[in-house]
Amino acid sequence: MNQYPLWKNILVLVIVVIGTVFALPNLYDDDFAIQISSGGHGKIGLDLMAQVEIVLNDQKIAYKQVKLSDDILLISFFDVDMQLKAKEAFDNKIEDGYIIALNLASTTPKWLDMIGGEPMNLGLDLRGGVYFLIDVDMDAVVTKSLDTYSSELRAFLRDEKIRYQGIRIVNDSLMINLRSADDLNRVLSTAKGQFSELVMDVVKDSTVPTIIVKLTEVIFQKIRLLALEQNIITLRNRIDELGVTEPIVQRQGDYRIVIQLPGMQDTARAKKILSATATLEFRLVHYNYDVQDVINGRVPAVVAGGRLFHHRDGRQFLLNKRVILTGEHIINAASTLDHQSGSPSVSITLDSKGARKFSNSTFDNIGNAMAVVFIKSKTEMHEINGEIIKIRRQVPEIISVAVIRDQLSKKFQITGLDSMAEAYELALLLRAGSLAVPIEIVEERTVGPSLGQDNIDQGLKSIMLGFILVLIFMAIWYKVFGVVANLALVANLVLIVALLSMLQATLTMPGIAGIVLTVGMAVDANILIFERIREELSAGNTTQVCISSGYSKAFSTIADANVTTLIAAIVLFSFGTGLVKGFAVTLSLGILTSMFTAIMGTRVVINLIYGHKHRPKLSI
Amino acid sequence: MQFIKGKTNFRFMKKRRLAALFSLLLILISIASLGIVGLNFGIDFTGGTIIEVAYDGEMDLDSMREALKQGGFNSALVQYFGSIHEILIRIPVIEEHNRAELSDRVVVILQANNEVPFDIRRIEFVGPQVGKELTEQGSLAMLYAIISILIYVSLRFEYRFAIGSVIALIHDVIITLGFLSIMQLEFNLTVLAAILAVLGYSLNDTIVVFDRVRETFLNMRKGSSEWIVNCALNDTLSRTMMTSMTTLLVVLALFIFGGKAIHVFSIVLISGIILGTYSSIYIASGILLGMGINKINSITVEKNNSDDLV
Repeated sequence: MNQYPLWKNILVLVIVVIGTVFALPNLYDDDFAIQISSGGHGKIGLDLMAQVEIVLNDQKIAYKQVKLSDDILLISFFDVDMQLKAKEAFDNKIEDGYIIALNLASTTPKWLDMIGGEPMNLGLDLRGGVYFLIDVDMDAVVTKSLDTYSSELRAFLRDEKIRYQGIRIVNDSLMINLRSADDLNRVLSTAKGQFSELVMDVVKDSTVPTIIVKLTEVIFQKIRLLALEQNIITLRNRIDELGVTEPIVQRQGDYRIVIQLPGMQDTARAKKILSATATLEFRLVHYNYDVQDVINGRVPAVVAGGRLFHHRDGRQFLLNKRVILTGEHIINAASTLDHQSGSPSVSITLDSKGARKFSNSTFDNIGNAMAVVFIKSKTEMHEINGEIIKIRRQVPEIISVAVIRDQLSKKFQITGLDSMAEAYELALLLRAGSLAVPIEIVEERTVGPSLGQDNIDQGLKSIMLGFILVLIFMAIWYKVFGVVANLALVANLVLIVALLSMLQATLTMPGIAGIVLTVGMAVDANILIFERIREELSAGNTTQVCISSGYSKAFSTIADANVTTLIAAIVLFSFGTGLVKGFAVTLSLGILTSMFTAIMGTRVVINLIYGHKHRPKLSI
Repeated sequence: MQFIKGKTNFRFMKKRRLAALFSLLLILISIASLGIVGLNFGIDFTGGTIIEVAYDGEMDLDSMREALKQGGFNSALVQYFGSIHEILIRIPVIEEHNRAELSDRVVVILQANNEVPFDIRRIEFVGPQVGKELTEQGSLAMLYAIISILIYVSLRFEYRFAIGSVIALIHDVIITLGFLSIMQLEFNLTVLAAILAVLGYSLNDTIVVFDRVRETFLNMRKGSSEWIVNCALNDTLSRTMMTSMTTLLVVLALFIFGGKAIHVFSIVLISGIILGTYSSIYIASGILLGMGINKINSITVEKNNSDDLV
């Protein structure tokens, strides 16, 4: 007699039922939708809802429903064409201040939602979108932090009234040149307390008393991590401004950031906004010297205490070295048209600290001119000794110079921008904050929506076809046992989908290939078992013995074979990147679920059919 | 229905030297091709830019090439991709401006050159540094996979089995790579995944055969090693054929309906399944015999059947 204990039967049943429930959400197609959220001053409410409906009716765009929830208005459509048409209409008809983004609206029934049933994520290759891998320039991080320390040390030496010849950055360290050995000892003894994170040593054979200052590796790591995190925050802000729904911004390793923007179409714009390093600086115009003298070199700019800047119109100005205010104090910025001149401008709101600083400086300088400096960073490639070297340059440019007529504080406008588009972009970048360090996109993968849909269609079609062929093949070859194996195969597919949904793993094209492969290989376990049973039968054993020894003899073979493949899949997962990982995930999950369905699952059914009979005739 | 009626008695191992010679020849040809022609690496490994666009109408490649040349992309490769409505543009690494922004410039040129609107299907850009890393990671993944398999099989069986299975694996990988090189099929990340899948499949097959070899050695009281290995191969033959057949069915469906994106992927899988089946019979088992497998050393590690799951 071949009977499983009741608990085993129930276990298999429960697992299959749970699997089916969690695989269910994938049957409900997402609706194409548009999401409207507030971008600064737009209000989400019934007014907007009415406006949206008017636009849709005017343009004769059929829509499924308009849903208002919290701070988001979600409009769903029947197909992608209507969605895109509506997006265009909204972009034109709905005033600024809203973020209008393409989205997908889930149609999963409430009860599934309640128990946490969610469809699996589709990878960018299936739904369309952009993937960026970004390098953060860690050399710049180090230089920047050394810069900060050098000015802090200068301030410290001034406070302590220690005279020094100079502080320079040499490689990854700072060199302080002092006047006497006495001073050197004073620095060593007093600075240690205040700069405990720095390691200070005397440079032995140096003509002047010199201290070399190094940062500990721990501090370097901290600084790098901080810069990476700051950049991630800024990038997130910028992406929010772009109006992409469900973006992914993740750290990868020590100096990289991965960004995934589902549904993003305008990749050129995405790239431009993400890697822009625009910042603003406000500086006073220097009047003590004539600009021409400095340009001609009669007066060195350094002596004058100023620095030369180019205006976009080609003129040059001598500006104060000291910066009144930088972009970091800006809490809001919006592009507008200047009331008086009608030219594009950006209206700016400062935080309280910035406002105080700004109002003091402008009050002291009424009647003087102030310049707004727009700093962009450019990467250039230079060939030096046959090697390509990337050089990043900060390109400051004066966008406007104006005489301060009044004390400015919290709110003011800057003008001098070329176009409305430029004003819009500057406002966006100022709102989102500037990057702590420059970045570079080192990998891009963009999949257009049409290719994504093709991939889904073809992937599903080939999976279904291969699957059906296998089912037919098995039923012909192994009859009742074949049909049982087919049940297990279907259960296996359901379980893989359920696990992917529960883990919220991302299904990619190679992932589909992985599933296809496991379908092929899952059958192998059953073939091994059935062939064994046939062998036992031809050896003349009784049918019940044949079944049980067929299963037990095949088991160790199946286990060995699957474990080795699992090892390969796990190795793939740990060393592979994005796409390969997707393949490894479905392959490993598939191996695990197929072990369960092909061995335990089929045994339950076979036992139910033949287990209680005395000498059944096996249909195999 | 049965694949082969009754018990077969093919004397596979009699031909093992001939098979070894045949495999050696294939390996030599593969290595020669890999050395002389090399692999057609995709941008995943070399770095560069790929842009795929689809037009409603028919496109003239020459005018597009000309436009790109004028725009400074002399090395751009323009070709139809699947149909005359789809075009693939490849731009190898251009040192002075090999950046993500490069594709934007190409798109601008295309827009200026055509009145017909087009649809961007795909843009891929891989920086040379990333390409280098992917190559390293890919080779490392392969190496680690082989080492872990070697260790596992040594633990579960005996070192002769481990060496036999790993040589069969290396055999499959080299010939598959050689095939890719001779056909000049593009070698990218997805193809790497396919090769790793082939590795898994071939291994799966070899382990099943080895398992049976060990069992037969345990059960048979007498008979030469060659005869015993032959018995094991014949016993598993029906299963080997069935599994290869079903897996091939699925992969063939992938090949025919899976689309261009996984075309090479499925070609590699098809050839890999055939190779894997062949190598586990002739190469892996042949090596076992060549290394002097016998009753004593095949049972040094006792087979431990666990019946918990069944």
